[in-house]
Amino acid sequence: MKQFTRYFNETEKRLLNNYQRDFPLCSRPYAELATELGISEDEVIDHLQRLQENKTISRVGPVFRVNTVGASSLAAMAVPEDELEEVAKLVSSYAAVNHNYEREHTFNLWFVLTSPSEEELLATLDDIESRTGLHVLYLPMQEDYHIDLGFDLQWA
Amino acid sequence: MKVTTFPQLLRRPVVLDDTDRALIALVQKGLPLCHEPYAKLAMSLGITEAEVMQRLQSMMQAGVIKRMGVVVRHHELGYRANAMLVFDVPDDRVSQLGRCIGRFEFVTLCYRRPRRLPDWPYNLFCMIHGKDRATVLSRIDMLKDKCQLHDLPCDVLFSNRQFKQRGAIYMQQQVIT
Repeated sequence: MKQFTRYFNETEKRLLNNYQRDFPLCSRPYAELATELGISEDEVIDHLQRLQENKTISRVGPVFRVNTVGASSLAAMAVPEDELEEVAKLVSSYAAVNHNYEREHTFNLWFVLTSPSEEELLATLDDIESRTGLHVLYLPMQEDYHIDLGFDLQWA
Repeated sequence: MKVTTFPQLLRRPVVLDDTDRALIALVQKGLPLCHEPYAKLAMSLGITEAEVMQRLQSMMQAGVIKRMGVVVRHHELGYRANAMLVFDVPDDRVSQLGRCIGRFEFVTLCYRRPRRLPDWPYNLFCMIHGKDRATVLSRIDMLKDKCQLHDLPCDVLFSNRQFKQRGAIYMQQQVIT
């Protein structure tokens, strides 16, 4: 696991914290950010490109509400400890799987998958069950209570 | 600490046409990083820049898009502790408690999901990020106090190894021949 800490200058901190929502819908949105940050439009674009390249941000763009576009679900498996890496690798190999991670629990493998339709999503889960011989908990979202305003990074 | 008091957006039936779907396929991996990103998208789609903006605006109003902006990666920014907090809540109280939990800004997700008895008794799921486990645990305690959750069966699942992480791909991009 990577344990280094990245250092960000004041401009980067503001870019990361202040523009997680309400991104401008106008011809030159980065120019609008530039005016607020007191730098040039090209500098804003360069900063964002770099933050994307070093994986500090995954993208600049829309966050879609789950299940309004295609189908997605959380799923979980209880995998014997000595098979975990192998099963995790198999699960990760599916194109439909976006996130796949270990949690400290009997249900120790958790993954999120997205498909164009629920039928395709369930077919993927069936396939994982038959290839691993393990049961998969299908845990689709039924109601969303979270108001996504982005994440306050609380720079220390 | 900020607690949001905006009312939850009402979900309306959403109708997406083929152009919306093509637009989603283009923007799901991010807006182009160039001077006129919407014009660039418009050119690929064969529509006007104004129409791209109008379609994104409509998707925001309909709640298909939750927000638009910089999407940060918590883990890479030093928020390495991440717990999934799950509760077994009586069915008639899930919405009320979910809304209480979903308002806290350190909660990054709060969903109702089905129980899978007998293996899995929990129906309310939320995600809490923090720089370390102690912070996350103290936030959980605070949530339990503020939303009166102490008496509910509950479990905390800290994340460990990440085997795969990438943005969701909702739409396969159309192959233009």
